[in-house]
Amino acid sequence: MIVEEIRGDAENFPVGMRVLAVDDDPTCLKLLETLLRKCHYNVTTTNQARVALKMIREKKDRFDLVISDVHMPDMDGFKLLELVGLEMDLPVIMLSANSDPKLVMKGVTHGACYYLVKPIRIEELRNIWQHVIRRKKADSKNQNRSSDQTKAHLASGEGHGSPLAGNTDHNGKFNRKRKDDDDETEDNDNEYEDNGTQKKPRVVWTIELHRKFVQAVNQLGIEKAVPKRILDMMNVEGLTRENVASHLQKYRLYLKRISTVATQQANMAAALGVKDSGFMHLGSLDGFGDFRTFSGARLGNVALSSYPGGMLGRLNSPGNVNICNLTPSTLVQPSLAQNLSNSINPLGKMNLVLPTSNQSPSLFQGIQPSLELDQLQHNKSTTNFNSINNSRIFRNGSTGVALGSSNNLLNSPMSNPLMLHGNTQQPLSGGRFGNQSGPFTSESFNNGVSDPTNENWPNRVDASKMHPNTLLSAEPFHSQLPLSGLRDNNSSNGTYLQNNPIDLSSGLALPPFEDSREMQCQQVGSMGDVQNMAQSWSEQRQGSGSVNQKMDMYTGGRSSGGASALVQQNEKLASESISRSNEDFLFEQPKLPSGFTPQGYDSLDELVNAMIKREQDETVANGEFAFDNYTFGEERKLCGDVAFLSSEADLVASL
Amino acid sequence: MERQAAYLRNALFDQGYLDEQFLQLEDLQDEANPHFVEEVVKLFYTDSVRLIQSIELTLKNTPWDFEKLDNIMHQFKGSSSSIGAKKVKKECSQFQEYCNVGNVEGCIREFQEVKQEHAALKRKLENYFQLAREAR
Repeated sequence: MIVEEIRGDAENFPVGMRVLAVDDDPTCLKLLETLLRKCHYNVTTTNQARVALKMIREKKDRFDLVISDVHMPDMDGFKLLELVGLEMDLPVIMLSANSDPKLVMKGVTHGACYYLVKPIRIEELRNIWQHVIRRKKADSKNQNRSSDQTKAHLASGEGHGSPLAGNTDHNGKFNRKRKDDDDETEDNDNEYEDNGTQKKPRVVWTIELHRKFVQAVNQLGIEKAVPKRILDMMNVEGLTRENVASHLQKYRLYLKRISTVATQQANMAAALGVKDSGFMHLGSLDGFGDFRTFSGARLGNVALSSYPGGMLGRLNSPGNVNICNLTPSTLVQPSLAQNLSNSINPLGKMNLVLPTSNQSPSLFQGIQPSLELDQLQHNKSTTNFNSINNSRIFRNGSTGVALGSSNNLLNSPMSNPLMLHGNTQQPLSGGRFGNQSGPFTSESFNNGVSDPTNENWPNRVDASKMHPNTLLSAEPFHSQLPLSGLRDNNSSNGTYLQNNPIDLSSGLALPPFEDSREMQCQQVGSMGDVQNMAQSWSEQRQGSGSVNQKMDMYTGGRSSGGASALVQQNEKLASESISRSNEDFLFEQPKLPSGFTPQGYDSLDELVNAMIKREQDETVANGEFAFDNYTFGEERKLCGDVAFLSSEADLVASL
Repeated sequence: MERQAAYLRNALFDQGYLDEQFLQLEDLQDEANPHFVEEVVKLFYTDSVRLIQSIELTLKNTPWDFEKLDNIMHQFKGSSSSIGAKKVKKECSQFQEYCNVGNVEGCIREFQEVKQEHAALKRKLENYFQLAREAR
């Protein structure tokens, strides 16, 4: 062991740079020492890591640079590297006969300035002093400044090390690594701080939260409900008055929508009732174009078909859900099979659906886009979907009527032209449902339709008038919607569900609950959406099992994982009111990734709960339905609520 | 003598016993370190004996600890490469490969190769150094 304590010649740097060489292999150590000496460095050597550490600790600035072998008997080279890096800000160069990139990576990530592969060449050693310079600069900067500065420093540090590209990287990384230990937190904190100051964490209006909100509002009376009082009554930690205020605003809009849609829904329901089967065949689900071809009477069919495609398309819109998977055809098809003419294509294409009425197309388009956008963005589109679905349903159901009504619907705030179509088709979304008659859907449509945004969906819930089937069909929309975050999806999603992440397939016409909105298009989200949808469905169903079913399906569809869960839940819910047909529908339609089997939810609550749970499970917890205990009885309202929630984000935006 | 030494040295290179790393060693040899190369080589052979013994000991114990064998051989390889012992290094790598796949027979066989090359090079270098010393 040769120990030299000659101070480095600072003026002639790198001459006299003090290097500590650690290697248990005497041959290599000797070689290294000689090489370093040749470079005019001051070399200290040891073949034991512990000794090296001791020497370094003795005097912090005793050395400028440490070169250490990776394989050492007494201590792992990386460990030494870390310790040296942590305790003193010394640049460390790793040495090894192993040139495995993984090891090199490990060295670099552990903070090594550089990684040399044996046998060492003198040329490489001649440049190592650059690491020291770089590091010194980095260190000084770090000490003087905050983490931000450090960051900057890192950048500059890296800039310094130009000669050695690798070194630069290493050094930078090394510095970063070092800093990571010290500054990382700072950096993170800074980021957090920045985020904190720049934007507040978004409040997620879960079903639970929304329920509380609604309760508070009801207790206070809608007229007298002011944010402050609502906030107090809700008694939720972390919720601000502003949150409540904005939510209240949306809720009010939603209620308005519901009321307008309700009337239309009635019409639709009638119309939809008829259509049913025709509705289901969305043969041409590819939707968009097809939708347009809807012409009144068969609007449902056509619309649905086209719609579903459209919807699907929309649903797929990744806004929230990666609906990409949903292909209109896919979505549609299932529904077609079943009655799902609703396959209301992912809401996205809702516009298409409205071919029947001239207005519709335009409406749709107008709505759709908005819906889409909104929904996409919000995932919450479930509400939208619902509305869309509703419209669809309406359409389908009442072929002729629906068209007309759908038009109405279209005209109505609902941006779900699809919805209209859906109505005729009824099964549109619910196509899956199996036989949701128009009424259901139409109602749901109405509800949904009226609100382009999710809020419409809740209206759909009012589809109590609508046949369960309808609802179901509507639900698919919903489910889809939420899933895909596309609002559109909801409506058409009966089939869509499957594809849509939302898996609205369950066709739950659940009003696009917020949850569904939340479900947003992410794939995962879709599941959530499904759930949401399911929930919304269940709610909407107001006891209609179909909805539940849809929900189940819906949820199931969503993310395979969640979907299944959801599906089951949905199934439970669905079974309630929706006829089994829905279930069939559900089953047939979407192929939920998880392959959920709609079993019909026994109760909306279950569904909702399931959905909620599912959502939670899912990464995308979009589908947080605010209401988890909504019963169908209250569904209408709840649905509205849900729809409200879901539509909140999107619809409003779209509107 | 000098010619002979040179001849021998060249032969070592030509025959692949040594590689450019050896040249580096020679470069480091100067007035300050007149016998640097020889010193390093000596160091290598002393150390490598230790390693070989360690391997042999590990091979005696069954079941084989391949990881340990690999580690030892890794070090052996590092040392050999430092002095430019090309063939030895090659055999070490081969040994490591057999270790990785758990090829017992391959390992045993390869280890013999390593030892052979190791010994052969030692002989040759000793001759060379002898000649070089006499040539001075």
